[in-house]
Amino acid sequence: MDDKFAAVGEAMPRLLEGLRVTVELTILGAIAAFILAVILGLAAASPTKVWRIPARVIIEFFRGTSLVVQIFWFFFVLPLLGIDLHPLVAGVLALGLNYGAYAAEVVRGSIQSVPSGQWEATTALSLGPVQRMRRIIFPQAWALMIPSLSSLLIHLMKGTAIVGYITLADFTFQLDQVKRVSGTLFTYGIVGMLGYFLFALLLTLAMNLLERQAKHKLGQGTSLRRILSPAPAPTTRAGGIQ
Amino acid sequence: MIEFRDVEKAFGDNVVLHDLNFSVQQGDRVTLIGPSGSGKTTILRLVMTLEEATDGYIFVGGEPLTHEERGGKRVERSKKDQKRIRQRIGMVFQQFNLFPNMTVLENIIEAPVHVLGQSKAEAGEKARLLLDKVGLSDKADAHPTSLSGGQQQRVAIARALAMDPEILLLDEVTSALDPEIVGDVLAILRNIADTTDITMLIVTHEMQFARDVSNRVLMFDGGKIVEEAAPDVMFSSPKHQRTKDFLHAVLGDADGTIGTH
Amino acid sequence: MMGIPAGLDWDWSTAADVLPTLLTQFLKVTLLVTALGTVIAAILGLVIAMAMRLAPRPIAAAVKWIANIIRMTPIIIQLLFAYYAFLSLDAITVGVIVFGIHYSTYMSEVYRAGIDAVPRGQWEATTALSMSMRRTWMAVIIPQALRATIPALGNYAISMFKDTPFLLVIGVVELVNAGLIYGGNTYRYIEPLTLVGIIFLLASYPTSLLIGRLEKRLAYNT
Repeated sequence: MDDKFAAVGEAMPRLLEGLRVTVELTILGAIAAFILAVILGLAAASPTKVWRIPARVIIEFFRGTSLVVQIFWFFFVLPLLGIDLHPLVAGVLALGLNYGAYAAEVVRGSIQSVPSGQWEATTALSLGPVQRMRRIIFPQAWALMIPSLSSLLIHLMKGTAIVGYITLADFTFQLDQVKRVSGTLFTYGIVGMLGYFLFALLLTLAMNLLERQAKHKLGQGTSLRRILSPAPAPTTRAGGIQ
Repeated sequence: MIEFRDVEKAFGDNVVLHDLNFSVQQGDRVTLIGPSGSGKTTILRLVMTLEEATDGYIFVGGEPLTHEERGGKRVERSKKDQKRIRQRIGMVFQQFNLFPNMTVLENIIEAPVHVLGQSKAEAGEKARLLLDKVGLSDKADAHPTSLSGGQQQRVAIARALAMDPEILLLDEVTSALDPEIVGDVLAILRNIADTTDITMLIVTHEMQFARDVSNRVLMFDGGKIVEEAAPDVMFSSPKHQRTKDFLHAVLGDADGTIGTH
Repeated sequence: MMGIPAGLDWDWSTAADVLPTLLTQFLKVTLLVTALGTVIAAILGLVIAMAMRLAPRPIAAAVKWIANIIRMTPIIIQLLFAYYAFLSLDAITVGVIVFGIHYSTYMSEVYRAGIDAVPRGQWEATTALSMSMRRTWMAVIIPQALRATIPALGNYAISMFKDTPFLLVIGVVELVNAGLIYGGNTYRYIEPLTLVGIIFLLASYPTSLLIGRLEKRLAYNT
């Protein structure tokens, strides 16, 4: 067992470099997916067909074709059409489009779940459509969508493990490189699982904090600052609405 | 100030309002009463443009609200025109509908700043006066969710008034409140009625309030006005049998009248 | 920088050439793994959900953590681990088991929510009728919990279907791998990979519409 740990210790710089690529892909992919999700989600929630129908087609297309197909298509087919993408760009694009399409459904659903009374109040106050979305509806939908976005983020992170096949040296790729020295089962079963799991936990934690903050802005729950402060937690206040 | 001309409103096959005609003068305080489902709330929602009439015309301040007659045809007015007229109207809802992502003060200044283009300082100053008027000057920075129902409704009243509406629509504003705090909210509305000349259109089950505040009462049933009178007359000697039955049901008095407290 | 290669245009004869292979692998591997994986996930998911509710606390906690670890790590790592751990099993069998276990951790959450949604009164009624624990679960709780879970089960089956290309990491020639192999041999990627995408779309979109309809129906009939 000791020699396995030693082998992993020796390979640590490689593994950390691989983890860095995985983290980078996850974060860039998530940013691309989020931007796309907001645009497509708003369009899909629009009452105007001119916006809604193209959004639906794009969403269904990228949800319906598998992530792996999209990654390989961007990597192998686009160069044939004269578009040469850096593998990292191809990876981020595929992750962004695939999970962006899933997340767009979350955005649309959350926007449409904001109670009708809120929409009516904006009409009664003569707010325009842009103000209504930006200042009233989206901030409330945001708190609703975070839990689903959080689980999509984990899916996206897990999906990055395929990028070794488009020449990106991510964590899974580096595990494959060191497995001969450190033993296959130890490498995948302990080092690999643990590495990904810890990253996933960190992502989940970050999303949970984001959700707390969003809910606090809606007057629900304690503030982030209070949770993170070293001072002892205040006694729970009675009558708070959860 | 408000005029309904041959207005029809149907939801699918269900005709809620049929050939409705009535008008409200500037400064009038009109209460709509009647059994639930009689179309009272729909009238307020039509005026606020939350619903669109399926036929007929609604005028606000002499101007058509959403549709006008042009060349013998019923055509929709431009969104810009509709928006301009809508700014003259304010509404207070049964469920308050405060924005939970904003503090009390932010709720009140949102529309004055972003719709009317007032400065934050100007709108804030006015908002504090309004909060004072509704007895909540200490709650400016509170979150709506930390307030009681009665307090939320008072903020909602201040929010509607911050737009300086010429018309105020009150849609069962006390129905969602605990009985013991209904009085506070009604007292504030009574005060507004006494100190301003805002035209009010009120839907309520509080007959005493209707009597105190309004100068006209319209009794609705089945999407039609069955009786119209000054409150004293309506509550002491209703003429129509439907009105008698309704008042008897809501007041529970043997003779269907209410005395002054 | 590559010049514009010969592979630019869509070639129908290439498409016709590769399609039978793709369809064969689709039926023989992709659909097979999805179907068997779904069955395992559906059964194991229920076992996990019940274990988390009925088992003694330390065991329930252990099950929960193991399920969390499986759910939050890539299926690719799990495939590679299982492939080398059970060298006597062929890759497709490994795939079926890993997909089944991975998705059972999702299904268990669906069942848990379904069980939680059974009204308290139902439990109280079984107590009032002195029903046995076994009878309570089999005759009252599970039938009610299951009903709401059918659409979710279907949605996870579709997810699993779209995840099957991950099998290529352990050398399974499923739909995508078949396309890649064809591309590698002929230097024509555009037809096989595009067809693969179309097959996925044609199979998953109508199925998800069907499940959406089922979901609505079940929602109304409660």
